[in-house]
Amino acid sequence: MGTLKKAEKDIHPMDDLLRMDRIPHIWCPGCGIGTAVTAFAAGLAKAEIDLKKTCIVSGIGCTGRVAGYVKLDSFHTTHGRGIAFATGIQVANPDLKVIVFSGDGDLISIGGNHFIHAARRNVNMLVICINNFIYAMTGGQVAPTTPLATYATTSPFGCVEPPFNIPYLADSSGAVYVARWTALHVRRLTNSIAEALKKPGFSVIEVISPCAMYYSRINRLGDGLDMMKFYHDNTEIRHGEDTKNLDIGFQTKITVGKFVDRERPTYMDSYNKWLSGTKKD
Amino acid sequence: MKTNSKAVMTGTHILIGNEACIEGAFYAGCRFLAAYPIEPAIETIERYLKRSADVGATFIQMEDEISALAAVIGASWTGKKSLTVTSGPGFSNMMEHLGLGVMLETPCVIIDVQRAGPALGIPNRVGQADMMQARWGSHGDYEVITLAPSSPQEMFDFTIKAFNFSEKYRTPVIVISDEYVAHKKEKVIIPLADGIKITPRRYFKGQKDKYLPFKRDKDFVPRMVDIGEGFKFHVTGLTHDDKGYPIMLEECQEYNVHPILWKIRNHVDEIIEFQETGTEDAEIVIVYYGATSEVALKAIKQARDLGIKVGGLKLDVVWPFPDKKIAELAEKVKAFVVPEINYGQIVSEVERCSYGNANVVFLSHGEKGIDNADDLVSAIKLALKEEKIKKGIIEYQNQAGRA
Repeated sequence: MGTLKKAEKDIHPMDDLLRMDRIPHIWCPGCGIGTAVTAFAAGLAKAEIDLKKTCIVSGIGCTGRVAGYVKLDSFHTTHGRGIAFATGIQVANPDLKVIVFSGDGDLISIGGNHFIHAARRNVNMLVICINNFIYAMTGGQVAPTTPLATYATTSPFGCVEPPFNIPYLADSSGAVYVARWTALHVRRLTNSIAEALKKPGFSVIEVISPCAMYYSRINRLGDGLDMMKFYHDNTEIRHGEDTKNLDIGFQTKITVGKFVDRERPTYMDSYNKWLSGTKKD
Repeated sequence: MKTNSKAVMTGTHILIGNEACIEGAFYAGCRFLAAYPIEPAIETIERYLKRSADVGATFIQMEDEISALAAVIGASWTGKKSLTVTSGPGFSNMMEHLGLGVMLETPCVIIDVQRAGPALGIPNRVGQADMMQARWGSHGDYEVITLAPSSPQEMFDFTIKAFNFSEKYRTPVIVISDEYVAHKKEKVIIPLADGIKITPRRYFKGQKDKYLPFKRDKDFVPRMVDIGEGFKFHVTGLTHDDKGYPIMLEECQEYNVHPILWKIRNHVDEIIEFQETGTEDAEIVIVYYGATSEVALKAIKQARDLGIKVGGLKLDVVWPFPDKKIAELAEKVKAFVVPEINYGQIVSEVERCSYGNANVVFLSHGEKGIDNADDLVSAIKLALKEEKIKKGIIEYQNQAGRA
């Protein structure tokens, strides 16, 4: 280190990809969102796509803040509507690659309708969904991903609603690329993000992430590190697994991997085909 | 914006209001529409699609009106002038993103073809009850420019004006039409492509790393850039500074929201437009807009024939409200008569702005009142009979027992 000049020493390899003037970020110690953002930045670099033509949209919540830390054209929008906003961007300028980076409550609860419809249309975008099983920004309420019998501030007797299986929802709605990793699988998550960034169509990557402040505390699961240890001991990589089998229970085994990778015409492919047909007549 | 000769259909046409509205949008340079089908606005989408391939305009039918306006705001940041169309129930859904559009200071145009409400009401019958929703429907403080066309020609003209205002002030603009105007079929004259001045987007022209999305000029209006140009900007719906970074402090709330309101309030004289008919010698002035315009003119003629000095003030721009004009008239005239196809919305604004200097008579009418001026003439007579200034709004009881 002594031989490095000060300027070289102070430059982090991700400085170009992150808004360093906004660091420190707001996330709690032990949270997995920062790790996912690191993987995302590394994935962006690895994919070698034109960053000028790449933009990021977030909704609301802890993960909703991601757009504000990434040095791309970035939008922090309304709760759950990130995908709808991104659809407008993508359709108005198909040269752009849009990433929607948001949380499970944002994308799957309030934004659930936009999620399934964008998947059905196969709008060209990558959705990275951080799943921490809870609404964390508002203080630990039950989410549509909270496993049965799990405690939250709005399920003090244990969650009574079955959760969504996000990869199954994405798959059955028509997504062309579906993967799930945890905040522990940084290298695989990075590769997955790099791969999905190059894939035309609606891609979904779910990232299981520890919420040390609420989910672990309310359910007495220890701190962020304990959650990481749990992921280490209880995740199984099964590429190509049928997405039906990917339900997550309270502290049950978590199946990760790439489950769907298929080809389907994107919304703009079909739109332009229709348009060229119209013009000929 | 690419020029496209097919976008402007110069000539004289017979169009319904909804079709004229889309011709206005194309004339103004609109090239993106996101919408959800709803009566009585549907002909706008159909007209757009009939012409979109020739014009080179993009359409997407979204899953609901919430996402329609979200997509429009996103699309506007790619540099395309963007539009959405809806009616009451969808307009309610759009209130969420009306606020986002105001906070992100994104130019876009919303067409609300009013129908009878509340809730589902009557989908293909006229109403004028979204007037206050346009002004106050979204939460938080905001100003929104709202134009109220009264004919297919005005649907064309006002849609162009709406796009011009939205680019000039970098804000969403509403065109609030109604089922009657939207379905009325009339002559519409479309001028040459350079016949009406189109306001271009006000772009930032400095260095890439110097762009601040909310840095204001002396007009309080910040400059825009497009996504994909390498500016790497950030914008947020949270209270933010010039950089677009969220700052959760009261000082920033003032710094951020005050100019969003005052960029409109400082320019009310340039924005507000109205048409006066015989107000010079009038004792009674009818204040009207949209669908009631025809019957108001008819009533003015009938009352003048009876020797009553009646004038008319037609509101082309409803929001911001012409406070000063109403106050001026209130000092001259005996009373205002306000006909509306609702149970009292704009009439309260007229009453507020008359400051107790003139009586305000309200005529609530339904569809039948659109072409029958009898009730309006009776309301004028009632206004004339009242000698003293009365507090509050005087409600005219019409034959149907309405109001």
